[in-house]
Amino acid sequence: MKNTKKRFFRPIIQLLSTLALNLNITGFAEGSIYTGHFKGVCIPVLNCYSCPGALGACPIGALQSSFAAIGGKIAYYVLGMLLLFALTLGRFFCGWLCPFGALQGLLHKVPVRKAEIPKRADAALRYLKYAVLVVLVVALPLFMRNGVDMSAPYFCKWLCPAGTLEGGVPLALTNEMVRGALGAQFAWKLSLAVGIVVLCLFLYRPFCKYLCPLGAFYGLFSKLSLYRYAVDSNACTQCGACRRACKMGVDPMREPNSRECIRCGDCKRACPVGALKNSTCFGEQKQDSIKKGDVR
Amino acid sequence: MKKFSALYPLLTAALLLIAAFLICFGLANDEFKRVLSKAASICLECIGIG
Repeated sequence: MKNTKKRFFRPIIQLLSTLALNLNITGFAEGSIYTGHFKGVCIPVLNCYSCPGALGACPIGALQSSFAAIGGKIAYYVLGMLLLFALTLGRFFCGWLCPFGALQGLLHKVPVRKAEIPKRADAALRYLKYAVLVVLVVALPLFMRNGVDMSAPYFCKWLCPAGTLEGGVPLALTNEMVRGALGAQFAWKLSLAVGIVVLCLFLYRPFCKYLCPLGAFYGLFSKLSLYRYAVDSNACTQCGACRRACKMGVDPMREPNSRECIRCGDCKRACPVGALKNSTCFGEQKQDSIKKGDVR
Repeated sequence: MKKFSALYPLLTAALLLIAAFLICFGLANDEFKRVLSKAASICLECIGIG
């Protein structure tokens, strides 16, 4: 009973978070977006601000639009918020609060035969999200400028499936002007989003693993984040249950604060001796992880 | 590597201070309004028509 409760706890939080971040329900019917003051507040997850329901600003979109604006301004407020999110809960936001992450997790529950990417290819593909962060989010909006010294939010424009599914599709269905303006770019973005959705059936969170620039940014600070995991080396029997439970492909026993860990807690629940624990960066450093050669 | 991990709490605290400074500096420069003005209008690039 206790385990069932724990199993449903995260999906419930994800659902509540999705609802809380997209409370402007009337926007879906009217084909418009929320324009109140709260829209200036950066939220810690990838939730497109052009989604009719969205109440806050997607930090990746806000960062790019600032870089892309006339003169290429640095968005100190957005950068500060991103740093604050990364240093407090970090990728916990990905695992517990991100609506697009929740959608991917939900799709993966569809009972079809799951695929596995070869380890070396998987490891190489994980670096792709850092390239997306550097090239599409920072470099192109800052340096690829037109005649009037403006650029474009390239990640949003060419890649972001959250924008297409949360903003593009609902607005195209309900707003005639948007529907009339759809063209080749929308077709490309929609195909990409559908491709990612289909991939989610076979792979666990492919967008988070390989493409999400926000996850990449948070991951860079995983070892410095206030909220973290620690392994009690005295309790750990190195049975490997945590590694087998991790759908993100992390070995929590060896690297509890991996850049790929989304803090979903599956490893903690799988540990038969409770050796994996919540911790803070100010906690015990000695019991942070267990090295390869450690055999007791 | 273990040597460096002892510095993590200090680094975290320093970076948190930097984050707080960046937020305050940005807010003082009216960046909230800039973010608001962008987020409060439909982003054509985001929805795939820009």
